Amino acid sequence: MSHPQITRETATIRFAGDSGDGMQLTGSQFTNTTALLGNDLSTFPDFPAEIRAPAGTVAGVSGFQIQFGSRAIHSPGDSCDVLVVMNAAALKANIKHLRTGGIIIANLDGFGKKDLSLARYKAEADPLLEVQTTGYTVVPVDVTKLTRASLVDSGLTVKDIDRCKNMFVLGIVYWLYSRSMDPTIDFLSKKFAKKPDLANANIKALKDGYTYGNATQLFSERYMLEPARIESGTYRNITGNEATVLAITAAGQTSKLPVFLGSYPITPASDILHGLSKMKHFGVTTFQAEDEIAAVTSAIGAAYGGSLALTTSSGPGIALKTEAITLAMMYELPLVIINVQRAGPSTGMPTKTEQADLLQAVYGRAGESPIVVLAAASPADCFDVTYQACQIALEHMIPVMMLSDGYIANGAEPWRFPNSDTLPPIHVSFAKPRKEDDEPFMPYSRNEAFVRPWAIPGTKGLEHRIGGLEKEHGTGNISYDSDNHQIMTTMRENKRNAVADRLPLLQMEEGEPTGDLLVIGWGGTLGSIKQAVMETRALGHKVSQIHLRQLAPFPKNLGEILGGFKNILVPEINSGQLVRLLRDQYHVPAKGFNRVRGIPFTVEELKNAFINEVN
Amino acid sequence: MEATLTSKDFASDQDVRWCPGCGDYTILKQVQSVMPDLGIPRENIVFVAGIGCSSRFPYYMNTYGMHTIHGRAPAIATGLKISRPDLSIWMITGDGDALSIGGNHIIHALRRNVDMNILLFNNEIYGLTKGQYSPTSRPGSVTKSTPMGSLDHPFNPLSLALGADAGFVARAMDRDPKHLNQMLLRSAQHEGTSFLEIYQNCVVFNDGTFDLYTDKVSRPGSALYLEHEKPMIFGENRDKGVRLDGLRPEVVTLGDGVSQEDLWIHDEHDAVKAYILSRFFAVGNEDGFPRPFGVLFESKRPAYDKQVAAQMAAAKTRHGAPDLDALLKGNETWTVA
Repeated sequence: MSHPQITRETATIRFAGDSGDGMQLTGSQFTNTTALLGNDLSTFPDFPAEIRAPAGTVAGVSGFQIQFGSRAIHSPGDSCDVLVVMNAAALKANIKHLRTGGIIIANLDGFGKKDLSLARYKAEADPLLEVQTTGYTVVPVDVTKLTRASLVDSGLTVKDIDRCKNMFVLGIVYWLYSRSMDPTIDFLSKKFAKKPDLANANIKALKDGYTYGNATQLFSERYMLEPARIESGTYRNITGNEATVLAITAAGQTSKLPVFLGSYPITPASDILHGLSKMKHFGVTTFQAEDEIAAVTSAIGAAYGGSLALTTSSGPGIALKTEAITLAMMYELPLVIINVQRAGPSTGMPTKTEQADLLQAVYGRAGESPIVVLAAASPADCFDVTYQACQIALEHMIPVMMLSDGYIANGAEPWRFPNSDTLPPIHVSFAKPRKEDDEPFMPYSRNEAFVRPWAIPGTKGLEHRIGGLEKEHGTGNISYDSDNHQIMTTMRENKRNAVADRLPLLQMEEGEPTGDLLVIGWGGTLGSIKQAVMETRALGHKVSQIHLRQLAPFPKNLGEILGGFKNILVPEINSGQLVRLLRDQYHVPAKGFNRVRGIPFTVEELKNAFINEVN
Repeated sequence: MEATLTSKDFASDQDVRWCPGCGDYTILKQVQSVMPDLGIPRENIVFVAGIGCSSRFPYYMNTYGMHTIHGRAPAIATGLKISRPDLSIWMITGDGDALSIGGNHIIHALRRNVDMNILLFNNEIYGLTKGQYSPTSRPGSVTKSTPMGSLDHPFNPLSLALGADAGFVARAMDRDPKHLNQMLLRSAQHEGTSFLEIYQNCVVFNDGTFDLYTDKVSRPGSALYLEHEKPMIFGENRDKGVRLDGLRPEVVTLGDGVSQEDLWIHDEHDAVKAYILSRFFAVGNEDGFPRPFGVLFESKRPAYDKQVAAQMAAAKTRHGAPDLDALLKGNETWTVA
């Protein structure tokens, strides 16, 4: 039979199932295929911290949401058009994410008595019938039975066959959205290159799912989305953590320095360690240390030796590294610290996102300890900002903290990747060897940007000692002199602030430089805020937006931009951190819009907040 | 042709600020005197220290140096050595720095076996914080923080190092500079992490704690100098020895039917016997066993930094010249016109 094909501008799909159902893989395959078809997209993986929480329970539900379209997409979507649920718990946990009238593709085999009980539905409940009567379209599919039937001749065990269920479902969704199966077939062939029976089974399940979508009477229509009209160029799909890995590798190449990463596994930053451990041929050394402190201190050792040195972690790990970051600041050595923020405090919600480490990044150290703080705004932006972090650290001999977050680290979007020739050069020059009769070497002398020389071991005549004790200006010898301490403290502050001189001025993200409301965001909220600002402006309101990537020091023209607005609103996924910095530094009556739920803002709630401010 | 360096070339221009009579002075002197014998250019040597009296050491060496933070020197030295295998790394630490706040880093450094030399100055007390008990202080020690005596069971540093699979484990003392000099040389020659515990007298807060072993009069009867493939003999008249009955050591008197041939012949490469030696640890030698000095154990385990370098080289061979553009492009792209 043939289904009418409806063209849509955007679509949002959410895959949800048990942690063991392979929903992240299913979602990332759909994303990859969609990217290759030229749609713009934004994704939101939403999964529990436990590897396999008790099967069938709400706690064990893993979700993956993608918004894609033929126009620019800025967020993963407030609510989805299609919700795929592999069991009753997935329905229970995710029905709130489905838009009114949306489609539920339900694996009927996940709605048995036991599944209902595990999901804490009443024994007599029929949740699918209930949601149908409230206006949703339910497409029940016997996924388990159909997959088993499809693979009856595969020779695989039932356990292995059941693991192909997610590919059957993916096949249905590919059919529904008129996607090609080829990229996933390629992926499966490569993934199971050494186990062809598994490759064949997964591919067959995928194809049979696609065929089933076409054959079943359950769908009244199918959809297609034209390629997006976005900036021309060649694109690839990328997550924030992947972009971070590429930026670090690239910075090593352009600076011509060996790269050293000291790291300790922590969610959601570990993928950066995994990615860089595969970059050995680019001169990248990764060291999995015994703890967070050893991770950062090993990097400091490598920095002294002349490497581009980095450490990666998340908030709780950064707290452990604090003393060492202060040491690197005091040494005035280049060090890049990447904090992929997660919902805190303490262990908090490791797989959920938050922006609550800003004050920790700017102020959270002993004594007067100024470092540079940058933040990436989207998955692809992690490349630019991480690269810039490396550049500033190396050229200014200062620790730079790059703030990412769980949402952009795991989320994906299309990236118009750069050609290596277009990457900004990174200028590194080590101090030159000194002869016996030359002037004495002054390790803490400074250039016009207050930057001291980088003198690495192995350089003749520059033997010198560095330490955490206060140093005499110029010589670097231990000094307890009170006036010298004042000079050095001021010098370190000036040096950090001088970084702003080299950075581009802040541009308006949306809107005019004056108006009724200025919205200021930072970090991973860019997409949602941008979409909400655009929609608010479309209603005729004079709302403008700026988005900060430089949190310390602030861009030099920030004060000027703030002066153009009487009302300033600062949405943050914390209880109000940037808003404090702005009020403190610029004495502006900025207001906060704050939520800490472990999830990104919805466009709707932001839009309401903006309209509320201008009315 | 380079001029030959002397120990004076290794002294920095900074005033040494240890207490008069501190055991650190002799150690500094011996380290400075052994340096020229290593034949390593001064600029390729880095001293890395944590925090504490001993950790001020790098400031007094005219080499590259890092005074770091409390307990973390092993990790800093590890990062430096992995990224710069060409450097000779000396890590200076104390009993508090290495075994208390830095306990985690020290065991991991030892198991990894990065090529560096760890000199642990053990004085069984916290000096720079002015006299609290340390993780090697004897039970009952009355200190600033233990007015009724310490309840802590102390670490046995050499047993700890052997337990962490250290590849080189030795002990020396500040008051026997000649032996200390030999041990420093042996440490330097060992490839991998060498762990040298040095009994060091804190003249202010724990004066005389090692006198039994270091005093010239009592030393012969209480200290056992180990030599590879030599019988274990000690005593004022060199009339005592250690014999092994299976795995059970015993002190015997030579003569009366016991000859040198009956004694335990030291084998530096025997990890089990090294552990037995490290257990000669009773306060005041109350178990009758002398305290061993010298190299207890040495193995030829490959150094971590060498293995890291080998993996890097293998990756370069496997992947060929790095291609940044291919990396940025990835496997799958699409073009928007």
